[in-house]
Amino acid sequence: MTEPGHRYREAFAASASRDDGPLVFPFLIGGFPTPEETPDLVRAAIRGGAAGFEIGVPFSDPIADGPVHQDAYTVALAAGATLDTALDAVRTARETDPDAPITLMGYLNPFLSAGSSEDSETDDPGGAVGEPLEGLAKRAAEAGADGVIVVDLPVDESDAAREVFAQHGLSLIYLLAPTSTDERIAAVANRASGFIYLVSLTGVTGARDQVAADFEAFVGRVRALTDTPLAVGFGISRREHVAEVGKLVPAAIIGSALTTTIASAPVGDRAAAVERYLEVVTGHRSEETSE
Amino acid sequence: MTRESGAFGPFGGQFAPETLMPALAELEEAWAEAQGDPQFRAELDEMLRDYVGRETPLTHAARLSEQLGGAQIWLKREDLAHTGAHKINNALGQVLLARRMGKPRIIAETGAGQHGVATATACARFGIECIVYMGEEDVRRQALNVFRMGLLGAEVVPVKSGARTLKDAINEAIRDWVTNVRTTHYLIGSAIGPHPYPVIVRELQSCIGREARDQLHEKIGKLPDVAIACVGGGSNAIGLFHPLIDDPVRLIGVEAAGEGLDARHAATLSAGSPGVLHGTRSYVLQDEHGQITEAHSISAGLDYPGVGPEHAWLMLTERAEYVSVTDEEALDGLKLLSETEGIIPALETAHAIAYAAKIAPQMSPDETILLGLSGRGDKDVEIVRDALESREH
Repeated sequence: MTEPGHRYREAFAASASRDDGPLVFPFLIGGFPTPEETPDLVRAAIRGGAAGFEIGVPFSDPIADGPVHQDAYTVALAAGATLDTALDAVRTARETDPDAPITLMGYLNPFLSAGSSEDSETDDPGGAVGEPLEGLAKRAAEAGADGVIVVDLPVDESDAAREVFAQHGLSLIYLLAPTSTDERIAAVANRASGFIYLVSLTGVTGARDQVAADFEAFVGRVRALTDTPLAVGFGISRREHVAEVGKLVPAAIIGSALTTTIASAPVGDRAAAVERYLEVVTGHRSEETSE
Repeated sequence: MTRESGAFGPFGGQFAPETLMPALAELEEAWAEAQGDPQFRAELDEMLRDYVGRETPLTHAARLSEQLGGAQIWLKREDLAHTGAHKINNALGQVLLARRMGKPRIIAETGAGQHGVATATACARFGIECIVYMGEEDVRRQALNVFRMGLLGAEVVPVKSGARTLKDAINEAIRDWVTNVRTTHYLIGSAIGPHPYPVIVRELQSCIGREARDQLHEKIGKLPDVAIACVGGGSNAIGLFHPLIDDPVRLIGVEAAGEGLDARHAATLSAGSPGVLHGTRSYVLQDEHGQITEAHSISAGLDYPGVGPEHAWLMLTERAEYVSVTDEEALDGLKLLSETEGIIPALETAHAIAYAAKIAPQMSPDETILLGLSGRGDKDVEIVRDALESREH
């Protein structure tokens, strides 16, 4: 099995040598607004300049997400989205761009169910959460993912899961927040592969007008303890945000603003809207922001 | 830094976003300090005595017992605590804890409104800002309690997402906490959520079982044979059970079977499966994709698709039994206690009464059932009236 994280390493190394600003990873929800439209939106994002992906798995109770993603998850679930829909999106991205780092992102409970369908109905309540994630790891790796973010699996609870993912060549991507203590940053630094996802602000997902004022200090605290590449998400929505955080970290993740772009585009024009938005936010097209 | 286990066998744990993890550690530390501080204990005991009215009475339900023709039923009267339910025990304790931590703002979720009222009450008593998240559907069902919280100076925020009930109110409270964690204490109302909440809530509610155990011993010189309480998140049940856990007492938790276990219900332990919701690993109601399904109960306080992790552990280890009672049976239980004892119980509590009425006749008159009478029914009279009227038509 390949060592976890090789596509992340290569992408970050290539970007550093090009020196053309941060990588932009769009967050696309598998199945939003419908499972049928997702593959087109993935391909459009790549045309627009996506350097990789976060593919989101909808959940009924997304406690770290703001209203834009909550609503989008609800729409996707109502349209019949499942984990398979997100894995199909991973597959589409992998086929379209063999080198792009692709990260599956979701909440623990749907991920825990990913194995139970294959492991029959032996609902063994014992054991750590690592083993039940075997099914997810297998399916995510088969689809072509490089890593998995589990929003509600903090480092304290993560070792068994990290091992299971590694066995399938996947990185467990950790999140750090401005509230993370140095002790917690060190714990993540000791375990991280691929990249570390920095939550830019103390809050839930959603577009903000400005990058949080204390972000630079936060990056400094993390940087002091690890060389693992950093990506920033939460509240990043505009070209100027990307340019600003790009001075501090090598990758930016765009979530709610892209979801809003999709939601507000007319049916039939959504792929074009995604492509246009990514062109603007990556700096490949300079004028007209698509608010 | 590796926990990898809940406080309760495979259940419990801290499955929360990173932003909250330092706050959970801070809470755990503050709680441990408070536990070791005689002044905290003394302040809490004084509040419980002089403000809440503890200890609450233990009442022999003589007519009810006689009518059922079996075991003697004793009622632990949390309905007589200030604000009319056991929720105040936890709310006061956590407000005192929040003051120790220097958090000037308190948020809470509420289903039936009892925890919201208790939190608003405790915050008013100490002059602390209080925001209560409540599902829009529950705001409609429990209009009187919404008004009460307003009178107490709290801000009630209606939650419009999901089924607009307790689960969604908790989601929204957690989102607020993620955003304002530096200044805010999240006062969870049941024995749920990430560690250390299930332990804190259990300890703050254990006065129920401790008092009842002593009171019963004083009155009849022995332990109960059975202890029964209703279970939504499970705070009043764990408060009653925990002090009896090493005793030879049968522990029975009664969940809400709603319209029946093959229809809409809230019987998480009886009919759910292991999963992770609201930061803790326990039993949940979910579909085959791990999406949480909507619970249903006539009682807003039991209308929750999760349950406290310690109850999952007590079920797994077979120390406690979990059964369920339908909306209809609960209504009968409410009428039964009202007519035989002059006590109108909360709809939540009515579930425990309905189950006691099932087993008491099979027991002998020298056996004893200790029933956690978790709350009074004033808040429910409109719902009960509507339900009984529609039953007649």
